[in-house]
Amino acid sequence: MSDRIIDQTAAELSAGIREGRYTSVEVTTAFLDRIDAIDGTVKAFLHVDREGALATAAEVDADIAAGKETFALAGVPIAIKDVVVTKGMPTTAASKILEGWIPPYDATIVERIKTARMPILGKTNMDEFAMGSSTEYSAYGKTLNPWDTGRIPGGSGGGSAAAVAAKMAPLAIGTDTGGSIRQPGAVTGTFGAKPTYGSNSRYGLIAFSSSLDTPGPVARNALDAALLHEAISGHDPRDSTAIDAPVPPVVAAARAGATGDLSGVKLGVVKEFKEGSDAAEPGVIAAYEAAVEQLVKLGAEIVEVSCPSFAYALPTYYLIAPSEASSNLARYDGVRYGLRAGDDGKHSLEEVMSLTREAGFGPEVKRRIILGTYALSAGYVDAFYGKAQKVRTLIKQDFEQAFESVDAIISPTTPFVAFKFGERTGDPYQMYLADLYTIPSNLYGGPGVSVPVGLSEGMPVGLQVMGPVMGDDITYRVAAAFESTQDTLLADTAPEIEGK
Amino acid sequence: MSKLNTYEDAVAAYEPVLGLETHIELDTRTKMFCGCSTTFGGEPNTQVCPVCLALPGALPVANRAAIEATIKIGLALNCSIAEWTRFARKNYFYPDMPKNFQTTQYEEPLCEEGYVDVTVDGKPYRVEIERVHLEEDTGKTLHVGGATGRIHGATESLVDYNRAGIPLVEIVTKPVPGTGALAPEVARAYVTELRDIVRSLGVSDVRMEQGSMRCDVNLSLNKPGAEWGTRTETKNVNSLRSVERAVRHEVRRQSALLDEGIKIIQETRHFQEGTGETSPGRSKEEATDYRYFPEPDLAVMEPSREWVEELRASLPEPPRQRRERLQAEWSLADKEMQSVVNADAVELIESTIAAGAASSSAVKWWLGELSRRANEAGEELGALQITPAQVAELQGMVDDGRLNDKLARQVIDGVLVGEGSPAEVAQKRGLEVVSDTGALEAAVDEAIAANPAVADKIRGGAHAAAGVLIGAVMKATKGQADAGSVRQIILDKLAG
Repeated sequence: MSDRIIDQTAAELSAGIREGRYTSVEVTTAFLDRIDAIDGTVKAFLHVDREGALATAAEVDADIAAGKETFALAGVPIAIKDVVVTKGMPTTAASKILEGWIPPYDATIVERIKTARMPILGKTNMDEFAMGSSTEYSAYGKTLNPWDTGRIPGGSGGGSAAAVAAKMAPLAIGTDTGGSIRQPGAVTGTFGAKPTYGSNSRYGLIAFSSSLDTPGPVARNALDAALLHEAISGHDPRDSTAIDAPVPPVVAAARAGATGDLSGVKLGVVKEFKEGSDAAEPGVIAAYEAAVEQLVKLGAEIVEVSCPSFAYALPTYYLIAPSEASSNLARYDGVRYGLRAGDDGKHSLEEVMSLTREAGFGPEVKRRIILGTYALSAGYVDAFYGKAQKVRTLIKQDFEQAFESVDAIISPTTPFVAFKFGERTGDPYQMYLADLYTIPSNLYGGPGVSVPVGLSEGMPVGLQVMGPVMGDDITYRVAAAFESTQDTLLADTAPEIEGK
Repeated sequence: MSKLNTYEDAVAAYEPVLGLETHIELDTRTKMFCGCSTTFGGEPNTQVCPVCLALPGALPVANRAAIEATIKIGLALNCSIAEWTRFARKNYFYPDMPKNFQTTQYEEPLCEEGYVDVTVDGKPYRVEIERVHLEEDTGKTLHVGGATGRIHGATESLVDYNRAGIPLVEIVTKPVPGTGALAPEVARAYVTELRDIVRSLGVSDVRMEQGSMRCDVNLSLNKPGAEWGTRTETKNVNSLRSVERAVRHEVRRQSALLDEGIKIIQETRHFQEGTGETSPGRSKEEATDYRYFPEPDLAVMEPSREWVEELRASLPEPPRQRRERLQAEWSLADKEMQSVVNADAVELIESTIAAGAASSSAVKWWLGELSRRANEAGEELGALQITPAQVAELQGMVDDGRLNDKLARQVIDGVLVGEGSPAEVAQKRGLEVVSDTGALEAAVDEAIAANPAVADKIRGGAHAAAGVLIGAVMKATKGQADAGSVRQIILDKLAG
């Protein structure tokens, strides 16, 4: 297809750099120029580091010229969601409360990206502290969906998804607490993977909900995502919840899937999702069902599974995640870093803390802190947080039982295509519904990917493939198999963005 | 100031119920959840990192050595060790607590259900332990500009996070009824015993004056036969003596209120070292809701039974048992042994004996001359610049007749100022007993000649008068004679 560097996949760029068809500096420059050209419109980035990215690129080029061994993705640039801590580079989690904070350390996954010598293009926009499904809750303005600039790019990782969708980055890092990688992937026609909880280090990930947060790759297809997945994955002694086990072979699985053979693979469809499908738009269901037909043609067997507790996943999530968040976000008090308000000698310490949090947090973050504080309060903790933990156990059991009879579970990624700005900010529940299908695997801890499968009303629709804990490989295999049925990647058919 | 009853009146009318919560800083090399140093006294904010400063994104990793130390403490306190245990978050805002929650343990402590036996006035008391759990310490806030270093009136507040994240073990007793008038002594004996047990394990230096051991005293009073009363919790009790005083004061204060029909409110009080009184702090009615929940950043702990048994097998002899054994070995009366314990001299004496001294000599030196020197210097006995081996060497020289008591004390002077071993000091200072009989006889002759009246008395059988001549000889020989030998020479010369 196109000769433009920015149209190449990460795998193609990696090969091209290695084989000397272009240098990493040329590749990195192409993406930086693209950002310069169109990010004034899309607003996917909160910070761009041209100098740093080109310095890394030049090092890779020198190593390759000297014939040195390099990592698989060496020289391929990447964008990083602003919730991931980057040494010396501003990191705000899209919150005013962290405006101007320059971290003195790197997240483990950033260390791994640096070890792999991937030029870091910059930091991407998101809903503040990863709380939201539209990136409308960023304190620094909204990111537009490259498919229709009147619509949301999903959230919380709308910046990473839009950057990849608009070809301002071949790869990006996202984080997924309730769907924040997969839902933006679905609504921007990109590929997003939430790995098994604990298989990717959370060290240096600004915590939203500790028991749910998972960093993962955003890409244009399964293979690219798998390459990035393997580059950042693996045990980290600095994260006590990290799983000390070999990384599932996701690259091999993506390559196996690309052969288009799913014979013998049993795919579960959740009975309760189907019954509750009034929440999903007809166009989304149609695109999803067409995708399922393709999978059947490749040899997959569809099996209905029952997961009765999934009906409670959304309320369960909205008790557990805000509870943990209310505690995780307590550290933003103006004492040690970030914003400090009211420190004028007239206010007490307690008042300064209070004024700082009042001024520094946006409305959705405040809503969730209040929700979580309430859910943990004496007299309510058993009925809310405690009960939610019990339901979480039931949801895990539903998954475990389902995976006794199927290899993976499929569903639409999100019930609706990208909605228009402002359409759901007035009613939190309508916003929360965006994560209806993605939340269960966060509560369970298993992997889930979203692969673009078609359009509805001209907007992308994603298929979600969920796997058992540490079974990330099957999700990539199924997704890559679907991709093999398509003549062109959906990501390649996005309308051209006009620069400002 | 509130009215106080006399202690005697108070305990005649009411029965106290004690409860003690003790925090002990472990002396692990690194902090509870990060690799920062735990050394005491560093420049402010030099022993910090993203984890203990709670920078965005940082995550804790539990210190295995601290878990091991806590299990050892639990075992030494006769507790059962949990097979499944986890950390919890205690949420409240405070500027010296970087995360604005403390990582501690809540419903699943590492150790539960133990006891400590103490003896007070010859009577045994068993203090039951409810739980032993592991948590992290906070930083320290310094208020500058106010009159008393308190927050009120301060122009600036400075925070030092060096202490933030140091592992802290909390040991909570069950309520202790039945101590009657001895409640203050039982409280002190318990804290002392606890300190000795923890010290014997080598997991903390348990120094109350440095804050590595801190005590909260809970106390309630009830009329005999009545239900237990409402308790107060007195914090800031930072010495063994203060433990005793705090209990005594609360007994006097609460009894006076109860006499007037005033209800005791459940509150936190602060012990005032200067006056020995307690003053009100936060009342529990307005207490924070800590919103405890399991710490999602840390994995559950499941100490294997093999590990626990290994640790149990590695425990040293319990201090109480060891004291009883040593008391018998050293043939000391209860009172003498108590003095040894109070002077913190058990190890010193034991080592001195191991280095060759007789137990009676070892006890005599450490409790006598050396205790006096330590008192003079305002130091602890163990801080004196003399080793048990040197004390044994000194006693050996006395036993050989090379030193008398007076010379030995002069040798100690030299050892304490770093002049070397007792033998070296004796040589350098020329402090050997004069054993040259000719020289001694000459000195005796001179003394007799100078004191004819005294000499006559002795000739007349008044042997006690020899003291005067001995003194003169000692003076002439600058104390370097053996008094016994001098006496013998005098008596021989003046014998009928």
